[in-house]
Amino acid sequence: MPQKSFSWMIGGPQGGGINTSAELLAKVLSRGGYQVFGNIEYNSNIKGKHSYYRLRIAVEPVRSHLEEIHLLVALEDETLFGDLYHEWPAHRGHIHEVAEGGGILFQEGTQGIEERLNGRRVHLFPIPYSKFVEAALTAVGKGSQAHEYRIMNNTAALGAAIGVMGYDIDRVAAVIKEGFKGKASKVGEMNANCAHLAYDYARKHFAGKLEFSLPPAPAKPRKQIMIKGTQAVGIAKLKAGCGIQTYYPISPATDESVYLEGQQSAYKLVVLQTEDEVAAIDAAVMAAHGGVRASTSTSGPGFALMPEGLGFAAITEAPGPVIHVYQRGGPSTGLPTRQEQGDLRFALYAGQGDIPRIVMAPGDLNECFYDTFDAFNYADRYQVPVIVLVDKFLSGLYASLPPFDMSGLTIDRGALFDPKANGNGRYMRYRFTESGISPRSIPGQEGGMFWSTTDEHDQVGHISEAIGNRLVMMRKRMGKMDLAAREIPDEKKFTFSGNPKAPVSVVAWGSTKGAILDALARLDPEQQNYNFLQLRIFQPFPVEAVQRLLGSAGKIITLECNYSAQLAGVLREQTGIKVHHRVVKYDGRPFSEDEVVAALEKATADGGEEIVIADGRVIGPDYGRQQVDEMVELRKKNAKMNVPIVPLPPGYNR
Amino acid sequence: MATTPTKVEFKIKDYKADIHNDWCPGCGDFGILTALQMALVKLQIPSHRVAVVSGIGCSGKTPHYMQTYAFHTLHGRVMPSVTGLKLANPSLTVIGVGGDGDAYGIGAGHFVNGGRRNLDITYIVFNNDVYALTKGQGSPTIAQGTKTKSMAEESIMQALNPVALALVCGYTFVARGYALDVKTLTDLIAQGIRHRGSTLIDVLQTCPTYNDLHTKPWYEGKKPGQNGISPLYRLDQTDYDPRVQDPANRREVSQKKTQAILKSEEDERLPLGIFYQCEIPTYEDYLEKKGHIDRAHPLAEREDIFHRDVTPLLDALT
Ligand SMILES: Cc1ncc(C[n+]2csc(CCOP(=O)(O)OP(=O)(O)O)c2C)c(N)n1
Ligand code: SF4
Ligand SMILES: [Mg+2]
Repeated sequence: MPQKSFSWMIGGPQGGGINTSAELLAKVLSRGGYQVFGNIEYNSNIKGKHSYYRLRIAVEPVRSHLEEIHLLVALEDETLFGDLYHEWPAHRGHIHEVAEGGGILFQEGTQGIEERLNGRRVHLFPIPYSKFVEAALTAVGKGSQAHEYRIMNNTAALGAAIGVMGYDIDRVAAVIKEGFKGKASKVGEMNANCAHLAYDYARKHFAGKLEFSLPPAPAKPRKQIMIKGTQAVGIAKLKAGCGIQTYYPISPATDESVYLEGQQSAYKLVVLQTEDEVAAIDAAVMAAHGGVRASTSTSGPGFALMPEGLGFAAITEAPGPVIHVYQRGGPSTGLPTRQEQGDLRFALYAGQGDIPRIVMAPGDLNECFYDTFDAFNYADRYQVPVIVLVDKFLSGLYASLPPFDMSGLTIDRGALFDPKANGNGRYMRYRFTESGISPRSIPGQEGGMFWSTTDEHDQVGHISEAIGNRLVMMRKRMGKMDLAAREIPDEKKFTFSGNPKAPVSVVAWGSTKGAILDALARLDPEQQNYNFLQLRIFQPFPVEAVQRLLGSAGKIITLECNYSAQLAGVLREQTGIKVHHRVVKYDGRPFSEDEVVAALEKATADGGEEIVIADGRVIGPDYGRQQVDEMVELRKKNAKMNVPIVPLPPGYNR
Repeated sequence: MATTPTKVEFKIKDYKADIHNDWCPGCGDFGILTALQMALVKLQIPSHRVAVVSGIGCSGKTPHYMQTYAFHTLHGRVMPSVTGLKLANPSLTVIGVGGDGDAYGIGAGHFVNGGRRNLDITYIVFNNDVYALTKGQGSPTIAQGTKTKSMAEESIMQALNPVALALVCGYTFVARGYALDVKTLTDLIAQGIRHRGSTLIDVLQTCPTYNDLHTKPWYEGKKPGQNGISPLYRLDQTDYDPRVQDPANRREVSQKKTQAILKSEEDERLPLGIFYQCEIPTYEDYLEKKGHIDRAHPLAEREDIFHRDVTPLLDALT
């Protein structure tokens, strides 16, 4: 049955190589011309806990995942049945997510799958993973070490999955080998061989069994890359001329800094790992004052240490820094590796007093790149800190894209002190100007010396508590936001799609964009009934444009990943517009296409002012409690489930 | 950027800002300020090649009185601030200044890790035993069981030993000065600035307004019971040798550090001067060695980073 997209999932213990397999497959398919959308869900744990990686594969663009799985690849029991070994089980595995006609690939000998399928038509593909690992090892004289190479099971599983799906194993083998260069090439050969053997086995026993198949590959593959959010941000920073990145490690932001660390010598960049996020922002503020484009990346708990530095940047009118906040489940340590868009209000209001700041919220990988690039221009031009709200979902999302078009990118360093143009006049760092922007000198520059202070100050930069000066300085700083509001074009502040006269307007921000676009393409292919407003810059807020676009809307629905519908609140505050239905999701997981469809159907059928989404559906107030109780019951029935095998350290396979 | 000085010789007025100073009359901070300015005269560093970076407190106002690039930042954040600026432009002379509360209290975490980094910077701490700007609460250096007139009760916490702390954190030039001996302090600061690596100079500073224990007469031994003997003495007038001759020699390093810690524990009489000095590669040296920076072309002056070709990074993702 050819369907529009193919939904694939691999699950296994953390550290067990599921990301390697999934990303390898994604790369192979992307090179084959497919559009691939991948995302990983994992626990805040290093080894052993259940994680899973979803891929959605299509010919048309795909921007989100589906609830149903066409082929589930399980490396261990937990992927199938959940963590019933745990006193308070957290999930019931993924068997029930497999579509009728879909299939499950698993370690041969696993018991209990059929009874859990309750007669649903799901095809079972038992695979003796370790047999192929052993055979591949034996071929290179290491047959006795099979136990140590257990981590290679993921390679066997991938090979077998290709066999079941009927894709070209040679392409897969080629990409496997690419990952092992030089001395390691023998390991690459061995892995490729292992995948091949598993593939042959799967072809022999299960070819043609799966009722779903990949859509036919496009005849002319376009050139594309497979990229993650953290990479898109990192590359944009390099392109923008960022000189110093500071950070203190924290999920899910760290990957960006680690990526940049790898580019330091090639691109002349300093990545400074600080003692905490206070130091991270302050060092970045001073690097910006020092004449370098500077940035830092963190998530909620780290940003919680930064409001002080935001004020520092704002009152001293530093050109930056650019601060990426990768939101995750809060409050406090919260859900370190899970999705939430809970820091919108925090980003908008963090800090004491009135702080001019630009707050951006890219919604997809392209916007992660272009908005990050722009952020540095805004920082320099308006001499303000720039916060870029991203989130866990965007950080780890892995999708196919045409390579970024760099042709339109220009660097704007804002107003700079020019010793020649200054004549004999005294240089004043905070000179009152028409625009509110004072040309900045760079420490070391002759004639450009200045004072600066976090106290209120005069034009020279000395402390001043005078009333007149205070009034002008407040207007100068805050007025820069009016200037930014006028200068930054609407197309950077929001995107609007669909029929402007449609009866329903969907409003969202950040990473929910993809699932909404996919859902609308499904619900409203003719673009008659819905339009979609995605806010991309929250400060300065595009007040008039939003009022114009939503002013006559019949029904306004917001969708976001937090408890309190922060977007709906901000929308009301900024524009006076009251949202009719607030869809919220605070289960720590990103929206799937199906969840958006369910939410919009419920809302348009007048489903109440607040609609809560979790686990693929609209839920009622009892939903969470029921889950907890049911899981405990389930555990009682299945008390003997094995604890997952903790995989071996990485290095045997990548 | 031009580094050639416009004048042949810099005088103290070249480092002095033309602004009213609002420290209390007789405040020890004046001595430190003058010593800092005189040290720059001594070193003849063009004022626009110097950045003075402070925290918050009475001491935090120092940059305003300097004619250099001047940053009066946040309470406790001198070290991160200095770090960011120095990395942006390692060719600048970057000097951190701030209070004892700033450095050893709210900024303690930064102080510790700043030492580990060993950037080529100088940090001068104005140690007056009190949080002066907030009206004299005890600071981390106030001795246990003592109480200034500004404190309601005596301190029941132990005092922190700044010199010993700096030593274990990795500062490679660790010294103690006295604010009212401007001449000696000038020399000390000049040596500290000249030192390649992170310098910590803890300066005993009188605060006539709030600290009635460690006053000028006390430091001069003129209080009753002191018999005219100053509690201060100079290490350079003894046979104490603070300098590590061979930084590769672990034993020598360890012996000199231990000796410095022991010295810093002396409390009958307080030694002044350099406790420890060791020249080892700085943070910038390491960055340069790794190819991350090129000191001949500080990041702040590089144009090429705005024309980076990132296509190899994208190609690697196909
Ligand atoms: C985050 C923060 N907390 C508290 C203060 C209030 N505050 C201002 S100065 C100061 C203490 C200053 O003491 P010290 O660092 O020893 O400097 P001194 O005034 O003695 O020179 C405090 C607590 C502040 N400015 N910022
Ligand atoms: S309060 Fe003390 S430290 Fe502050 S200016 Fe007055 S004398 Fe100096
Ligand atoms: Mg003090």
